[in-house]
Amino acid sequence: MTNVNNNSQVAVKKHKKSNLGIKALDTAANTLIYVILSVMSVLWVLPICYLLYTAFRVTPNTGIINKLFPEDLQLGLGNFIRLFKDTMFLRWFGNTLFVATVSCLITTLFVLMVSYAMSRLRFKLRKPMMNVLLILGMFPGFMSMIAVYFILKALGLTNSLFALILVYSSGAALSYYICKGFFDTIPRSLDEAALLDGASKLRVFWSITVPMSKPIIIYTVLTSFISPWCDFIFVNTIINDRETYTVALGLYKMINAEKSSFNENFTVFCAGACVVGSIITALFISMQRYYVEGISSGAVKG
Amino acid sequence: MNGQQIAATEKKPFAKTRQFFSDLAKGSILTKISCVFMGAGQIGRKQFVKGAVYFILECLFFYYLISFGLGYLAKFGTLGTVAAPEGVWSDELGHFIYPKGDNSFLILLYSVVTLIIIAAFIILWVMNVRGNILNDKLVAEGKKVSTIKEDLYSFINEKFHITLLIPPLLGLLVFTIMPLIFMILIAFTNYDYSNLPPDKLFTWVGFENFKELFTGFGVSGGSGFGVTFLRVLGWTLVWAFFATFSNYFLGMIVALMINKKGIRFKKFFRTMFVIAIAVPQFVTLLLMQKILDVDGILNVILGTNIRWLADTRWNSLIPRIVIIVVNMWIGIPYTLLMCSGVLMNIPADLSEAARIDGANSVQIFFKITLPYMLHVTGPHLITQFVGNINNFNIIWLLTGGGPIDILKYSDQAQSTDLLVTWLYRLTTDNPVRYNIASVIGIIIFVISAGLSLITYNRSSAAKNEEDYQ
Repeated sequence: MTNVNNNSQVAVKKHKKSNLGIKALDTAANTLIYVILSVMSVLWVLPICYLLYTAFRVTPNTGIINKLFPEDLQLGLGNFIRLFKDTMFLRWFGNTLFVATVSCLITTLFVLMVSYAMSRLRFKLRKPMMNVLLILGMFPGFMSMIAVYFILKALGLTNSLFALILVYSSGAALSYYICKGFFDTIPRSLDEAALLDGASKLRVFWSITVPMSKPIIIYTVLTSFISPWCDFIFVNTIINDRETYTVALGLYKMINAEKSSFNENFTVFCAGACVVGSIITALFISMQRYYVEGISSGAVKG
Repeated sequence: MNGQQIAATEKKPFAKTRQFFSDLAKGSILTKISCVFMGAGQIGRKQFVKGAVYFILECLFFYYLISFGLGYLAKFGTLGTVAAPEGVWSDELGHFIYPKGDNSFLILLYSVVTLIIIAAFIILWVMNVRGNILNDKLVAEGKKVSTIKEDLYSFINEKFHITLLIPPLLGLLVFTIMPLIFMILIAFTNYDYSNLPPDKLFTWVGFENFKELFTGFGVSGGSGFGVTFLRVLGWTLVWAFFATFSNYFLGMIVALMINKKGIRFKKFFRTMFVIAIAVPQFVTLLLMQKILDVDGILNVILGTNIRWLADTRWNSLIPRIVIIVVNMWIGIPYTLLMCSGVLMNIPADLSEAARIDGANSVQIFFKITLPYMLHVTGPHLITQFVGNINNFNIIWLLTGGGPIDILKYSDQAQSTDLLVTWLYRLTTDNPVRYNIASVIGIIIFVISAGLSLITYNRSSAAKNEEDYQ
């Protein structure tokens, strides 16, 4: 519709002949775009279809198959039953849920605190501190992992979920940047009015800035909630007790502990991946709007 | 900036310190006592709670220092001199007894901890004396010193930044800064497989490790290390370049196609791509690894026998290309989301005005849409580049750094290793070489920090914080 409108506007100034040419060109371009987009969509969805297919493939239950649809193919829920019965998946799931919930609460609070201080309050070391935080964020985390492990050991915290929570949320101050950019856009006049009325800065923060920052809070909650579900490197170093694995490490070990188990457990791994994946997908799709706002505001100000 | 100004800015901190000490010299007797017994001045002026807190903290500090910290700090210069002796059989207990020697690792770690605690104490001490000097002034002017209520209230008002920043920064100090200082120091020691505590000692070696990395010969007498390093660095940069730009431009093209006027099913297409983001990365990567296996489903469908992730021919060209393609599968949806957000934010009046002036949609695209997109998402490009230099997951989960190519690489490096994955392997697989891993970490840091600081200082965000008001 809009297309037609635009063209008719242009037509007022331009010759009708060239207008027709543009229109034909436009239709051709659109057709080409439809073709490209469809092919790409298929390419993007195929691996996920393969994941689903493998998760429901009860026999042959190996990682290697010599045909896409083997003769003895049987589909069913067998892998999911094995996942919940024979592995400690439920336990891992609980662990991850606990770690993710607590660490996302702490992270969000920390990010809001640092961002507010850097965006709204003016104090002596603000600029240097912002630069230091920026620089600190650039060291590869793996470099200090062994030292972190020994600090946790000195605190008597290895093999516990609290260690994971501490590690995941302690770096929160480093990711204040996007949130600060958001706070910078909230008009200051509101704060000033409240301060004149005798409100403390704590009240301004809690009753004015925080309620106005819903998109960025949701973005922070979402990203910090998802990261424990996906990290396996830190868990791998800190935790070596099967009871305290998180989902990611459990699934990773399922097919990477010994080379032989790769084949045996692959279908069960896919079932587990489906469970985790569907939760994150649901979360993600429902909050997609805020996510887009988050990353694009980061880009604008980044 | 002229010479005078520079001199003025340089002089400033010293002037402040001098002021502080002259105030202290002129201070009341209470102020002077509290230099030794922290909090005494506050208690003398009836700020009991504040004074008690200072005094207790001082006691705790000295208790820590004497009972624990100093013992380790004394050995900081040598990192221990007594290696653990051999185990001795004990008939009484029925097992070997291992007498304790020095543990270089713990000496280094606890020395760092102690130094940080000492620094914190010095700050506390200055705060204490400053408080006393302020009290002196207030008393001299005949005013009242602050009550505990006022002190506490100031922490949610004038000093609110302290309240806000202390918890996050404390976490950062313990789990980021302390480990980092520790690992940077490791780069100047010979902490590797031949000097592993607690059995053996390691010690300071100065810049030997850096020398080894750049020349190929050093403390361990290894050869070819420098060449390996250059190869890995080269591939890291090539990878980061292709990964960043392929994702950026293709993602942008897809975003433009989906958001083009007249294209229907926008939401459907977008969702198709977004699903790929929502599946956790380690899942997709492990799945891809399986699909691309020699016996994997891709070879079954194609009827070929290509070793997608393990072919060492042509400098491991096939695995390298495959990695970049897989990365496109993962990365394009992110760019798509970001660009869609930006496209929606392009001020509509710009293109309207152009249209009224007679510009066609091609001209609008090249003169308005594209420059706007490039301008807005430019900084993101550098962030992505740095992110890709440190992209551990994709390499580790797809190829694990492999395939192994001993002709070209030494010291555990493999042909698709990035600096980060090599670093990781040096700290986890035998023979471990923590010292070299730390050196690599420092180099990665220098590259990423350099790039980021340039962008950060050029971006408008740093200069015009208040522009968005």
